[in-house]
Amino acid sequence: MTTSRRKFIKISALGLGGVAATTSALNMFGSNSYIDELVKENVAKKFKRTPTYCEVCFWKCAAWTYTDEKGAVKKIIGNDNDPHCFGRLCPRGTGGVGMYNDEDRLKTPLIRTTVNGEETFREASWEEALDLIASKFNGIKEKYGAESLGLIKHGAPGAHLEHLYKAIGSDTIAEPAYAQCRGPRETGFALTFGSWVGSPEPTDIRDTKCLVLIGSHIGENMHNSQVQEMSDAIDNGATIITVDPRFSTAASKSTHWLAIKPATDIALMLAWMHVLIEENLYDKEYVKKYALGFKELKEHVSQYTPEWAYGITTIEPEEIRKTARAMAHAAPSVIVHPGRHVTWYGDDTQRARAMASLNALLGSWGRRGGFYFKESIKVPKYPHPAYPHPKWGWHEIGAQYPLAQMGITTEVVKASIPNPENKYPVKAWLVAGTNITKSIPNQKLLKEAIDALEFMVVIDTMPMDVTGYADVVLPECTYLERYDGIRSATNREPSIAVRVPAVPPKYDSKPTWWIAKQLGERMGVGEFFNYDDFEEVIEWQLQKMGTSLDEMKKIGVKNYPRTSGPLFLNEDETYNFPTQSGKIELYSQELKDLGFDPMPKYTKHPEPEQGFYRLNYGRAPMHTFSRTANNPNLNDLKSENNLWVNPKVARIIGLKTGQEVWLKNQDDIISSFGIKVRVTERIRWDSVYMVHGFGHKEKQLSRAYGKGINDTELISKIAVDPIMGGTGMRGNFVTILTENPHKNTEI
Amino acid sequence: MRYAMVIDTLKCVGCSDCVVACQTENDVPIGYCRDWITETVNGAYPSIELELKSERCNHCENAPCVRCCPTGASHQLNNGIVLVTGDECIGCGACIESCPYDARYQHPDGYVDKCTFCHHRLEKGQLPACVSVCPTKCMYFGDLDNPNSEVSELLKKRKYKTLAPEAGTKPHVYYLI
Repeated sequence: MTTSRRKFIKISALGLGGVAATTSALNMFGSNSYIDELVKENVAKKFKRTPTYCEVCFWKCAAWTYTDEKGAVKKIIGNDNDPHCFGRLCPRGTGGVGMYNDEDRLKTPLIRTTVNGEETFREASWEEALDLIASKFNGIKEKYGAESLGLIKHGAPGAHLEHLYKAIGSDTIAEPAYAQCRGPRETGFALTFGSWVGSPEPTDIRDTKCLVLIGSHIGENMHNSQVQEMSDAIDNGATIITVDPRFSTAASKSTHWLAIKPATDIALMLAWMHVLIEENLYDKEYVKKYALGFKELKEHVSQYTPEWAYGITTIEPEEIRKTARAMAHAAPSVIVHPGRHVTWYGDDTQRARAMASLNALLGSWGRRGGFYFKESIKVPKYPHPAYPHPKWGWHEIGAQYPLAQMGITTEVVKASIPNPENKYPVKAWLVAGTNITKSIPNQKLLKEAIDALEFMVVIDTMPMDVTGYADVVLPECTYLERYDGIRSATNREPSIAVRVPAVPPKYDSKPTWWIAKQLGERMGVGEFFNYDDFEEVIEWQLQKMGTSLDEMKKIGVKNYPRTSGPLFLNEDETYNFPTQSGKIELYSQELKDLGFDPMPKYTKHPEPEQGFYRLNYGRAPMHTFSRTANNPNLNDLKSENNLWVNPKVARIIGLKTGQEVWLKNQDDIISSFGIKVRVTERIRWDSVYMVHGFGHKEKQLSRAYGKGINDTELISKIAVDPIMGGTGMRGNFVTILTENPHKNTEI
Repeated sequence: MRYAMVIDTLKCVGCSDCVVACQTENDVPIGYCRDWITETVNGAYPSIELELKSERCNHCENAPCVRCCPTGASHQLNNGIVLVTGDECIGCGACIESCPYDARYQHPDGYVDKCTFCHHRLEKGQLPACVSVCPTKCMYFGDLDNPNSEVSELLKKRKYKTLAPEAGTKPHVYYLI
């Protein structure tokens, strides 16, 4: 009986395909620990562990990749000494094995070609693909200048390409992470406190007494250490105040949930400031000692009573007062969280300014339980010749937005559309690690720019919607298969982490450091890549930092003592904030001089017409943007997004949970695919909500293709932040179609 | 020794990390799971309650799956852990039907599979994979027979519930509420 059953298992397992077949015997024994001998064998089994830091999202948690004696990747476990994860990865980090195992990965270089009048990709050797890119890029460089080569990037591989670009003389570099995501808060906080918020945010959540989340959904965004610290704060009995039109996971953990009308957050914050000042609850000593412009702010907010805000936000005046008092009661151990994805309505820098000013009134910046003074350790630069000076770059392209601190992707897109008045023509793109068709709004403009490009290269691990537009596609190996730069974390204490390949690259994929070096050599800047293997660079840097690759392979993470001073303000000493005035700027002369409001004002934003609903979007804890939708482990947890609809709306339209619908936006743009309705009380009647990152059009994504709706394709109306060029994307309205609009058309 | 798990619903964010960690730790094939997340919403906007929690085999004291198993493949250890002996299992599915928690599934290899409280990790002095990975630290594991264990302390201090108590199974996964 036993023997025949084992035989049967082997046969059936073979039917499941390669990976399952080789591990099925282990499955049996591992999951049936009753067999003492086999349990012991399992217990004794030696896994090899290799350090890495995660690349499934931007939090970059340090971890160990476990491989078995056959060299197969078994699991990924967080590094206990890492301040980004404290030994606990999030579902995406744990599911990182799926990124490696995904059989839909890009496998070889691909070159666009025409067969019988139809455009298609053909497989190519690395030699041919790299030669082609180098010759095209060299051609563009000669004809227009290196500045016309644009780079759109995200994540660790971006650094290697940035080095390549700077070496060849281009600073035309941008990433959606700025103007499509966290840019406004960086500019807003820098204007107020003199420094960026940065990543991870220097929020002392674990010791806070009051955490205020404004549209920030920690727990649905798995910003690992913050999720962990929010849990500590819950344990410690902290007050949590969540402002969100949707009953988010964080809202469900909150002491106060303010179910605000969308697009009115600034009005609420002005009223909060009004209460803090009128009731004398603000931190008088702190403000007097460290802030400039209190008198102006006091006068400015005197008109913004809770009663005034009630008519705008729909939050009861008493609730506004009660929550303001709760914050003051906890102060200075209070955090008005800056949020992360904050490009909402076009006045986002001003909203960030309001948040920053609230924190200043509460005295939380530089205080325990508020914001700490972050510190990182500098990784020494591996020697290379000086970069040439480009004539123009991201700064000039985005010059219309005076306080942009990084390249504005949408401006690079515009500069790529031929226009005789454009002084900064971009002619080619290299897109790496970002699926821009799902991160950059206004698809019409994006397509127009892509059409006009003379050449486009995409580097990714997966075929994405964007890869379909490339002339050459280069398959990058995953983070488990490569070296990358040292991760120097900005945190309470400095720390570094290394990424060491646990397994060789699968298929014919390559690490981006290698791609950058190969292109550099072909473009005549080989002297910038003075190494055969990136391992040498890391080894050199680690030696300078008092460690070695050998040691780091054993420990993965190294923590350093602080050298920049105390974690919090030393009240006995004077402290100069890194602003122009050395003080916290409640009133911003810089904004005033540039013609902007020196203090935040509430602006009324458009509202949906009858039959339309505001399109809100957000995150699911098991996915990162659109990049994980096809990951077999993570797709297993959530394979498509749903359209959250309030029961009242569902009743009017006649919708049921599970029903497939399509969406049409205010500009008559219809979603490419359908989405299943989820009728829930967790959403307001004036909005619908979906998780971002689904609705993939790339058919080679066998699990993700056609599942759900891509919210970005419905975002055609953009409210641009005049201060820093951020693209406000929450002002799009959709109507719900119950009949398939594509019935008679093939997508 | 009586193993039990305590899960704090006030901290769980329903991220499903416990599910993936279990899958990779125990080679659970994609498409199957030994633990999962449930979401319960009560009330009407804006007076709503949401409960998120991680569920799995309850390792019941009075386990119907053990009683109904015709071959003895389903059995209980002295420490309370309910296990399935794969090669004694004929895949009849009686246990799957009998479980009030829907905690068992039929493995593609034919036998019935479910949570083992990561028995193989306990032997090494490690916590179950789900407990050790949870980013909210909302899961606790230990010995209920020891009055000073973390799980015993939590059940003394905090309000809790078990799932489907009416089934009379005396489950050993507790939810802090």
